[in-house]
Amino acid sequence: MSKPRLVVVGNGMAGIRTLEELLAIAPGHYDITVFGAEPHPNYNRILLSPVLAGEQAFNDIVLNPLDWYKENGVHLHLGKTVERIDRVRRKVVTSDGTEADYDRLLIATGSIPLVLPVPGNTLKGVLTYRDIHDTQSMIDAANVKRNAVVIGGGLLGLEAANGLKLRGMEVTVVHLADTLLERQLDATAGKLLQRSLEARGLSFLLGKATSEILGDEAGEVCGIRFMDGDSLPTDLVVMAAGIRPNTALAEAAELYCNRGIVVSDALQTYDPRIYAVGECVSHRGVTYGLVAPLFEQAKVCANHLALMGIGSYKGSVLSTKLKVTGIDLFSAGDFTGSEDTEEIVLSDPARGVYKKLVIRDDKLVGACLYGDTADGAWYFKLLREGRKLGELRDHIMFGESSVGDSGVQGQSRAAAMADSDEVCGCNGVSKRAIVKAITEKGLFTLDDVKKHTKASSSCGSCTGLVEQILMSTVGSSFQESPKKKAVCTCTDCNHDEVRKAIRENHLLAHREVYDFLEWRTPNGCATCRPAINYYLLSTWPREAVDDPQSRFVNERVHANIQKDNTFSVIPQMKGGVTNASELRRIADVADKYQIPMVKVTGGQRIDLLGVKKEDLPHIWEDLGMKSGHAYGKSIRTVKTCVGSEFCRFGTQNSTQMGIDLETMLANMWSPHKVKLAVSGCPRNCAEAGIKDVGVIAVDSGWELYVGGNGGIKTEVAQFLAKVKTSDEVKEYSGAFLQLYREEAYYLDRTVHYMARVGLDYIKRKVVEDAANRKALYERLLYSLEGLPDPWASRIGGTQKHEYIPLKVIG
Amino acid sequence: MDMPVTHSWMRICELSEIPRLGSRVLEREAGNVAIFRTSQDKVFALLDRCPHKGGALSQGIVHGDSVTCPLHAWNIDLASGNAKAPDEGCSRHFPVHIDELGAVHLCLT
Repeated sequence: MSKPRLVVVGNGMAGIRTLEELLAIAPGHYDITVFGAEPHPNYNRILLSPVLAGEQAFNDIVLNPLDWYKENGVHLHLGKTVERIDRVRRKVVTSDGTEADYDRLLIATGSIPLVLPVPGNTLKGVLTYRDIHDTQSMIDAANVKRNAVVIGGGLLGLEAANGLKLRGMEVTVVHLADTLLERQLDATAGKLLQRSLEARGLSFLLGKATSEILGDEAGEVCGIRFMDGDSLPTDLVVMAAGIRPNTALAEAAELYCNRGIVVSDALQTYDPRIYAVGECVSHRGVTYGLVAPLFEQAKVCANHLALMGIGSYKGSVLSTKLKVTGIDLFSAGDFTGSEDTEEIVLSDPARGVYKKLVIRDDKLVGACLYGDTADGAWYFKLLREGRKLGELRDHIMFGESSVGDSGVQGQSRAAAMADSDEVCGCNGVSKRAIVKAITEKGLFTLDDVKKHTKASSSCGSCTGLVEQILMSTVGSSFQESPKKKAVCTCTDCNHDEVRKAIRENHLLAHREVYDFLEWRTPNGCATCRPAINYYLLSTWPREAVDDPQSRFVNERVHANIQKDNTFSVIPQMKGGVTNASELRRIADVADKYQIPMVKVTGGQRIDLLGVKKEDLPHIWEDLGMKSGHAYGKSIRTVKTCVGSEFCRFGTQNSTQMGIDLETMLANMWSPHKVKLAVSGCPRNCAEAGIKDVGVIAVDSGWELYVGGNGGIKTEVAQFLAKVKTSDEVKEYSGAFLQLYREEAYYLDRTVHYMARVGLDYIKRKVVEDAANRKALYERLLYSLEGLPDPWASRIGGTQKHEYIPLKVIG
Repeated sequence: MDMPVTHSWMRICELSEIPRLGSRVLEREAGNVAIFRTSQDKVFALLDRCPHKGGALSQGIVHGDSVTCPLHAWNIDLASGNAKAPDEGCSRHFPVHIDELGAVHLCLT
């Protein structure tokens, strides 16, 4: 049976991006034909400015070389303009008579530059700035001509002017408004920009309207005249006064257009067989001229073309960056403000720095930065998340580093980094490697960069920095990571939706989850399977059955895999308390199995490193100790100080409290690892301030702190409550941990969970509502009751095959 | 006419001894071999060494027709041993045969 036919009109960034998205999720679904009016494969239109400025060559900006079309079986017609759509017979016809039938049609005709309706606009030497042909014409003109006028002081106009100046021309920018980039910058920043461009040798005529372009007898441009009667001699006029959606083809086919081709949230036009994406569309009354929204549209459109039918495009928040080397400006959202907004402004004209943040209802709604844009990506993130600023407000102007929100690597700003500087400390990725991957492979999203370079794919602390590099490399085409994050590429569901489905539909097995949520893969992947396994077990304790094959090796074999494929063994040592007999057995095991390293851990236990897998059950048996769970997304250890039994400052028996907590929480699985500490006095020798649950004894009872973290980014735990008895310590800590177990996303530590729901919410559920606290605590005890020690069961033969290698038989 | 001997098969275990979506390890001097079983009961054998940093692929999570290395999460195609894009590299693969009685045979030559 023949495949349905998809015809794409427009071989530009929006159309081809849609194809890429489509091929990724439904390869081979369509027989695809592409028509492009230009004689080139898809190239990165955003990078025309560097080509004009002589910083890159055309070949550098090609996104999909001809081989790409061939490899993906796409029929490509270059240099052919589609003239007509026959919606009745479902075919398109080009100007040279080529025809193609379609079952689905995608219109991605982009936009066309505005040409001012003034006398002389067709003279030789009047150019627009839209495609590689225009760019080449400008480069050619710059070689033989001296004076240029650029009409339009917007992004495109300034980039054109800068490029021509770098090519050696004398350039004057003529602009209708009184300040430059008035749609992207406020007046103050616009003036700063003008000053620095003037310092580079550009001239400006602002508040000027063009009335006529003057020509000589040879029909070539020789000057320009304005409404106020002034005139200026020039050899070249570049019109960069704006673009408008290219809807001629759609209108001729009588598709409903209103400024652009009107599309639904599914990017479907009024003809259900015809979709449209990119600059040619009008979505909810808005047309877009930057690339990030086009890519969001492409993703949704591809989803519908692939017949999945679940994507929905809701419009985009825009940010802007000028691609003129050495000039840093950034704006996003509503940066002009209105009556109901407040502004925070930092102005340092001597340094050439100006920043304005616009706030409404305690949320960031706009940002305009000039001179120092290092925090642009961060502000843009805050803006899109729409989260309440609260205490952040006092520091927000001073950037991400001032609020400690950027992780260990975040202090060094992307722009200031040398190419050889390391960005990702986990995977040893330099700034150069990231920039190279972004430019050579045409990457636009954080996810792409992660996949190709591994940067920020391990601990994630350099994510902000990688986003900054991405942003400064691709400018306005930067694609903010989507707010709703799917669990993995097997699904579009996020963690919340998976949890909800499991809870509300009483799903008990992996298969049921894949079927119910229509997973795209037969049995998930290494990312989603462990998450689902945890959600099943934590939602339906004693009902859902653990699937060992969906656990990471450490949790499957109950030891921690090392770089040389050996394992480490850490026996439980509650509260860090041991005795001579245990130590003797550990020493004997170290001798008998020739353990290469014995090490004291940060959690007050003893680690035996370099153990062969097949020795594990024997070692556990010889040790005669329980599993310390030092390998799992689980309870780890409760660190304690000496406490009132021996310490002259101790106010309570912190050691026993720690032992009691560790006994209560034994064998507990959780979204991520869970560490506790109990200190016997406020000197806090057990470092309870950086634990998921930290308990500090005072003379009158115990103080409870939650959400601390000593890992990638140090976080101080927050005060939850003060209680009197050790039973209350158990109940409050248990209830908090159960809330975390029930609601956090897999691989979120308590600090991440709390950042999402807020401390007030936790207090309401755990401190203020005594009945709820008791219920949580009981659910915790219920799910832990009767869980066997995993080492004991494996000594007894459980999962035996894990530890015994195969031998050749016969 | 005798065909040249190109395959030398040896029996290593029963299919049922390999967990579904799991693996077993065959130890040998020239490098361990990981034997994988998919949800569809297809069996594959790869050198138990990730092309990235030598992680034991046998310890990874098996999904679809791939395994994810436990050390740095490279995805390796079970049939070819090739790393999935954008990673590049290959782990040697060996022919496997399941006979009608459910015994798994491996060819290391």
